[in-house]
This record gives sequence, C-alpha cells and structure tokens, in this order.
Amino acid sequence: MTLLSVRDLRVTFPTADGYVRAVRGVSFDVDAGQTLGIVGESGSGKTVATQTLLGLTRGAEVSGEALFEGRNLLTMRPDQLRAVRGARISTIFQDPLSSLHPLYRVGWQIVEMIRAHRDIGKEAARRRAIELLAMVGIPRARTRVDDYPHQFSGGMRQRAMIAMALALDPKLIIADEPTTALDATVQAQILDLLARLRDELGTALIVITHDLGVVADIADEVLVMYAGKLVEVADRRTAYYEPHHPYTKGLLESIPGAAGTHGALRPIPGQPPSLIAVPSGCAFHPRCRYVMAECVTDEPELRDIGSPAHRSACWLPAYQVGLDEGGVRSG
Amino acid sequence: MREESEVDDPDVLLRVAGVVKHFPIRQGIVVKHQIGSVRAVDGVSLEVRRGETLGIVGETGCGKSTLARCMTRLHPLTAGTVTFDGQDITNLTRRRLRPVRREIQMIFQDPYGSLNPRRRVGSIIGDPFAIHGLADGLERKRRVQELMELVGLNPEHYNRFPAEFSGGQRQRIGVARALALRPKLIVCDEPVSALDVSIQAQIINLLAGLQGEFGLTYVFIAHDLSVVEHVSDRVAVMYLGKVVELADAAGLYGHPRHPYSAALLSAASVPDPDLADRRERIILTGDVPSPVDPPAGCRFHPRCPKARDRCAAEEPGLVVRAADPPAHLTACHFPVEAGENLARA
Amino acid sequence: MSTTDRRPALAVGTEEPGQPVEGRSPWRLAWDRLRHDRVAVVCAVFIGLLVLVAVLAEPISMLVGYGPTQQDRTGGITTDGLPTPPSPHHLLGTDNLGRDILVRIVYGSQVSLLVGVGAAVAAVVIGVVVGLCAGYLGPAVDTVLARLMDVVLSFPFLLFAIALVTVAGPSELIEIAVIAFFSWAAVGRIVRGQTLAIREKEYVEAARSLGAGDVRIMFVDVLPNLVAPVIVYTTLLIPVSIVFEATLSYLGVGIIPPTPSWGNMISDSQNFYQVAWWFLVFPGLALVLTTLAFNLLGDSVRDALDPRTEFRGR
Repeated sequence: MTLLSVRDLRVTFPTADGYVRAVRGVSFDVDAGQTLGIVGESGSGKTVATQTLLGLTRGAEVSGEALFEGRNLLTMRPDQLRAVRGARISTIFQDPLSSLHPLYRVGWQIVEMIRAHRDIGKEAARRRAIELLAMVGIPRARTRVDDYPHQFSGGMRQRAMIAMALALDPKLIIADEPTTALDATVQAQILDLLARLRDELGTALIVITHDLGVVADIADEVLVMYAGKLVEVADRRTAYYEPHHPYTKGLLESIPGAAGTHGALRPIPGQPPSLIAVPSGCAFHPRCRYVMAECVTDEPELRDIGSPAHRSACWLPAYQVGLDEGGVRSG
Repeated sequence: MREESEVDDPDVLLRVAGVVKHFPIRQGIVVKHQIGSVRAVDGVSLEVRRGETLGIVGETGCGKSTLARCMTRLHPLTAGTVTFDGQDITNLTRRRLRPVRREIQMIFQDPYGSLNPRRRVGSIIGDPFAIHGLADGLERKRRVQELMELVGLNPEHYNRFPAEFSGGQRQRIGVARALALRPKLIVCDEPVSALDVSIQAQIINLLAGLQGEFGLTYVFIAHDLSVVEHVSDRVAVMYLGKVVELADAAGLYGHPRHPYSAALLSAASVPDPDLADRRERIILTGDVPSPVDPPAGCRFHPRCPKARDRCAAEEPGLVVRAADPPAHLTACHFPVEAGENLARA
Repeated sequence: MSTTDRRPALAVGTEEPGQPVEGRSPWRLAWDRLRHDRVAVVCAVFIGLLVLVAVLAEPISMLVGYGPTQQDRTGGITTDGLPTPPSPHHLLGTDNLGRDILVRIVYGSQVSLLVGVGAAVAAVVIGVVVGLCAGYLGPAVDTVLARLMDVVLSFPFLLFAIALVTVAGPSELIEIAVIAFFSWAAVGRIVRGQTLAIREKEYVEAARSLGAGDVRIMFVDVLPNLVAPVIVYTTLLIPVSIVFEATLSYLGVGIIPPTPSWGNMISDSQNFYQVAWWFLVFPGLALVLTTLAFNLLGDSVRDALDPRTEFRGR
C-alpha cells in the first residue's frame, strides 16, 4: 500500500545570482514498511526535496504533488502540516546537537512533543518518554530522561532523536544523514537500531545520505539523485551490481570499498554543476564517459531498464548495465 | 617500533618514540591551576619509512590528529622524541626548526578553513616561498602557477579568492601549498573527509600521482577505513591515545588481531549489499570513553567482547603476537584468533 | 567528525562548460551589496555633502557674507539684544552675539569631522595594534594588555578630560587625544576577541606549519580578517567621537568660544532657546543628522560585509 506518492516535485529558489533550481522534477513512491535510500552528493537536491515535503524550506517556489494518506502535503496549510510533522511523518537530522534544544532536558522535549500532538497527561507522557528511551537502547532511561543534551554522547543523542521520532508512532520516518556525524562504531550501532525498529514497528523509512555503504546496508530500494533529478531507481542489488546510469557507475568505481583494493580509483572528472546554470540536455553530460550527441541536447527522463523496478534517466541502451572491468562484485 | 631499534636506520624518515601529549584542563578565577588533563596521545612509538604511506585510523578522541601535529612539531610534546631524517627535532627552537619545516608539510582536513578567505590563492600558495625567502616577484608567480597546473588548477585563477573555488579545488590549493618546497614528508590530516564522494577519488589519485612523481612519503590520517586501506602501505590503528595495532594494509584488513580493529573493520560501511548481508557486525557496547580519564590496564577493556581480568590490570604492549609476521604488532593480551567470530562473543 | 561538502554546488570560477556564473571577490560582493542599499547611498551622499561643506567653509562664508565670529550688529541682533530669527540675510538666524548660525554650523562641521574622524582613526590604530598583540602573542602578553585595557575603560572620562585640558589647554588636538584615549580600549577588546578566535583557525595553523613567524602571521594572515570588523567599528566609532567632541565642547573643555563647534553652540543656546528656538534647533539638528548618517552607514557597511540573510540552499 502506497504511503507517500511524490509527483514531479520542483523546488526553485530565487536568489540575487539567479534562480537556483534545486529540485527539477522528482517523482517516487514509498510503500508502507519499505526503506528507501536516496543517495546524492551536495547539490543533488536530496535534502531540499525531503525538507520541502514537510514544509521546511523557506522562500522557495514549489510545484508538483506529494500525496500522503490521500492529502497533498505541498498545498496544506501550516497548521495542517504541523499536525502531520512529528505525528505521521517524523524526521531525524544529521546533527543531534543542533536539533535538540540545548537548554531543555531531553525528557521534557519528548514530553512536550507528545503533548503537542496528543491529549495525554504529563505523567503518562513521561512514562512514554522513558519507554521510548529504553527502546532505543539508552541505559538507565529512568534517570537519564532528566539529563540535558550535552550530557549525552553523540551516539546517545542520535538515539534520543530516534526516540523522539518514534514517539507518536509515525508511519514514515525521514532520516537525513543520520549517521554522517558519528564515529564508525557508533554508526554501526545506530544503523542496527534503525533496522531493528523498522522491522519491529513496520515503519517506512527514507534514508538520505551520500554514503553508499549505509544504503547498501539498510535500503530496499535505491534512488540516485544528481543535479536536482532522479537519475536511477533500482532495488538494492541491482543498483550496486547492475547499475545503468553512468553517474551511478562512476560513483561505484570511485569509492575505495566498492572498486576493490589497490586498483586505481576511477574518479568522475569535473564537479557537480551549478544549479543556476544547469547544463543543457542531460545535466551529467559534461562529466560522462559515454556522452553521445543527444545527451547534450535532449534531457532524458526516467525510463524502464528491463523491468519497471529498474529505471534510469539515460540515453544509453537498456542492455548496458553493470560495472566495467575493474568493478568488483562479491559472492 | 621496539623502542631500542637501530637509531640510524637510513630507511626511516620520521621516528616518534614514546610521544605523550597532554592538554591541561585549568580552572580558577584569578589564577588558573590545573585540575586534570586531556591525555590525547599517551605513549606512541612509530616509524615512517621513506617512500611509504603510513595510514593512521581511529575514531574521535583517539588522538590521531594530535599525533599528526606532534609529528610536525605544531604542538610541543609533553614527553617523548621526534626524529626526522636522523635529527632530533623534539626540542628545537623556532629558528632552528625553520629549515626542517621545509621538509615536513601538512595538508589539512577542512577545505573551507585551511585557506585564509581574505587572501588570494596565488598569495596562499606562494607563502612558503615568501616565508623562506626563496623566490620573489615574477619568479614566485611562475613557480606558483607551475604548482597550480601540477595539481590540476587553472593557473589563470592566480588572483582569485578561495571562496570562488569548490571544495575539491580548495583542497588542491592546499596540496599545492604543501608541495611548494618539495618536502620529503607530507602529513595529511583527513584530506578527503570533508569532500564529496566523487571528488575524494580525484584527490586520492592526485596524491598518489604526486607521490610517484616526487618521491614523497605520506602519513595519511583518516577515519574512513576503506580510504586508508586503499592508499596505505602500512596502517596503525589508534584508540584513546595509543596505537593498538600496526601492520601492513593487507595484513590488517585481512586478519585484524586486536578486537577493536576487528570491530572497526566490521563497522565500516561497505558499498556492497551482499557483503553487507553476509557480514556480522561486531556491535560494541557503550561509547568511546573520554581521554581525560582513560580506563586502567588495557584502555579498550570496558567495551571489549573478549575482556578478562588481566585486561583491567595490565596494559598490553605493542608487540608481535603468536605466529604473526614480524611487521604485525598488536597490543592485546588475547588477540583475535584466525576464524574466531567476535560478533557472537 | 566531519560533514560532507555541504555548500551549494555553485562551483563558481571553474572552467567547466555550462558554468557561466562568474566569480566575484568578497570585497566586490560587499561593494555591490552596499551600492544597492538605498539607505547607505543616502547617508553616503549626506556625508559627502557635509565633507564638501566643511572643506568649502571659507567660500561659503564669503557667499553668505558673514564670518563665523563676525557680529552683525545691525541686522543680526534685536533691540533687546536677542538673536534674530531666520531671514533672507541670515538663513538660519543668528545667535546671541549676532553671529550667523549657518556659517557657524559650517565651521563647526570642520571641527566635528576633523575631531570625529581623527579620533576614531587614532583609536582604531592603537586598538588594533594592542588587540592584535594581546590576542596573538600568548597568555603572558595578553594578561598585561588585557588588564591595561580594563584599567583604561574604567577611567572616568569627564574628570580626566577636564584635568587634561586644564593642563594642556583646549584645542582640537587635545580633543582628539582625549577621545582616542578613551575609545581605543573598546576597539582593542573587540580586536583581541577576534584575534583569539582567528588564531585557532586552520589557516593560521597552516601558516605556522610552513614556518611563518608570529609577526608575519599577525599582519599577513590575521589582520586581513580583521579589516571587515575594523571598518565597521570605525564607521560606528566616528559618530560616537563626534558626539564625544560635542559633549566636551558643551562642557567648555573642548573647543571654547568664539570658535564655533556644534557642542558649544548648543551650550550657548541654553539661555536663549525659549525665545530663539533656531539657536538650539539648527546646531542640534546638524549634530543629530550627522550622527544618524554615520550610524546608518555603519550598519549598512556591516550588513554588506557580513550578510546573514542571504539564501544558503542545499
């Protein structure tokens, strides 16, 4: 059952230097219980896209449609959106130090959030907060509920954020770079926790990250974004072993873990483009190893590659999937 | 790495022995007195051989960045010695240290913070020439532009400000600056961590190319294990101010012997779904303790799945264990055996 | 731990195709912002005119027909010995001695600008040097200089000013010295704070690792980063100095009559404003408008050099 259906989302910011076209027509679906991984680098528009869904971008011109439980998030009034945020769709941000209020106790923040959406008493809310903190693995939750954020370590703060995100049993959690600011061992703990909770509670999850390892770990479906558009959509294994879009291939060939040890890395030449002056045709063409004449003039749309589950926005023929020699597959 | 090794081994470019670096924590109203210290580096001995790339990995608080700055004498040492090219540079005055600085350079992590935003790029790259009085005016400009081309920048952008460049380009500027005086050793402190994934490979390849062309020696510090494995010949794993394992890259990644190294490797994010599925993660309990008050005995013992009484009492030395090759050193009383699976410990 | 390259992908200044956005230096950007700020432009024009008027004081006085200390006993003073209101002969009226107020205001502007700008610049130069040394050269130097600044800031300015004038005699130079003496410490504190922060930046660390000496780092690396806050502070210190000067003159320890200064004009008008409003209002207005213009310009300069309201997209 489809939980969220985004159609042709476009977000543009007017600035002194021109229009920054951060998101240029993105469409995807999220089903109940599914985990979506949105991968992209800076300037890909991944964060702007998801933040716009929740009305968190200011000064932007937004068009398109985002149907959540039958209602269009993009046309909701601020008070309606507030009711959705936190309760039906909640978010986990990258840096819990800046998303938790430093001057209020952690437990208090959770309680306030619960009571903002539900009509329950302080005591009941507090019990729920303790229960949540324990669920995310914070030891001695009963005492730690009254601590301030700075008394928590980085990993524990992120767990507290996850607790807040789960407080109202949301149907969908959007996690924006949830592990980027964490150490590797803590990152492993958090991903493990997210996976467990997702399995136990059946929440749908959108994980936004630049880290292809995180996505390989936790996502069912992978969406690759570049310069404000989706360039490839595939299930997990296909994305890593049979990528079609040259950008996806390029990423996989330039990351040490994926391309094997001590072989030379094959970087993608050039830089991500300016979102004010997006290149004509396919935005990736200036950096693409396979560039053809039509790539410069015609912008490719997402089309099926072999099956509807695998889509790619590229003019290359559908059979040209997979990594070049030098790409490594395990198993 | 045994502290009594041959002192004048010509193969060794940089040696640090027993390096300790503590940062005092002071408190007080009028006069501040010390109430404790952050024991950032607490006894590290390493050698860097000519032409190699020594990787140093560890998480936050392990002391790798501090160690890097001790190696380049940006920090005065609390204890220990640093020997460069046969010369003891531990206590040299600023003046005597200056010629040494031409031989040891650093590349920093933050492409946005390591370049002075109010200075033009040509001036930044030309700084080494200016400071050491090696080239002036047009000659300096020529050399700077030469460097810019070497690192893949357009020499015509000589007069631009850092803000006009992207992150990857700014890091190239940092590389050009470090390369200016043709140093022997470059210490790279997380040089690609703050860059986009597709740009990281460009910089890694650039550094590798330069190493070949100029016979450079690198100390490469990072928290990203795959990057370190890719670039390094030998790798040292640090935890809470000490080196817990030191081996050549293949040896470390193939069979880590220290439980922490094993956990770190198993925690690394791997862009390969099958591998990710098959791998059993060793999930450590708790968070990294503070370097102000490290645990007694083996520092890792509170989180170690294999810890026993001995570990809390006696700190293990960094030596060759059991049947390991002589280059593989581990600081653990009960190293991970071949085939042992800590995920189920 | 690090974060990824999160800046907007406006890869300005690259030679890639499809990247026509031109790079602009930070100074150029600031100047553009300032140019488009209407308030700043108006203030700048006002100040420009004021400077012009101050420079052309003599020709103006000749045009009007009266000198600054010249008493017009015929049309400039009523039969009761009171100031005359604004008229075609005296556009802004006269004061109690029959002197033309317009001309006196023009000459007064010379004092205000000279002392105001002079004292501000002197204070800033001293403050920057002391603050830079205090912030960069380490705790030993810092303790001494910081205490010095604290001491200077706790001096009662008025008593000291009066004492100094009694010893040295009133003049513009003394005024500049006194005002600078009381202003430099505030600048020094700010510069010290900024320097302490800049000192920890990686590019300073990089300079040290290259072997640069302290003095070089202070002037080549730290100082350029201080220019922006220093410019802002200077433009905001000027109106403060101008008012300071007016205060000193008002109290009789700055510029003393018959030389006109806006401060002493206001002081002289105390006994007459009930019957001669123009005597108080016009010098007062000159002072207020000038101060306002510099303040607003200073605000605009600060906004131009350090905009926080610009879009930072991802």
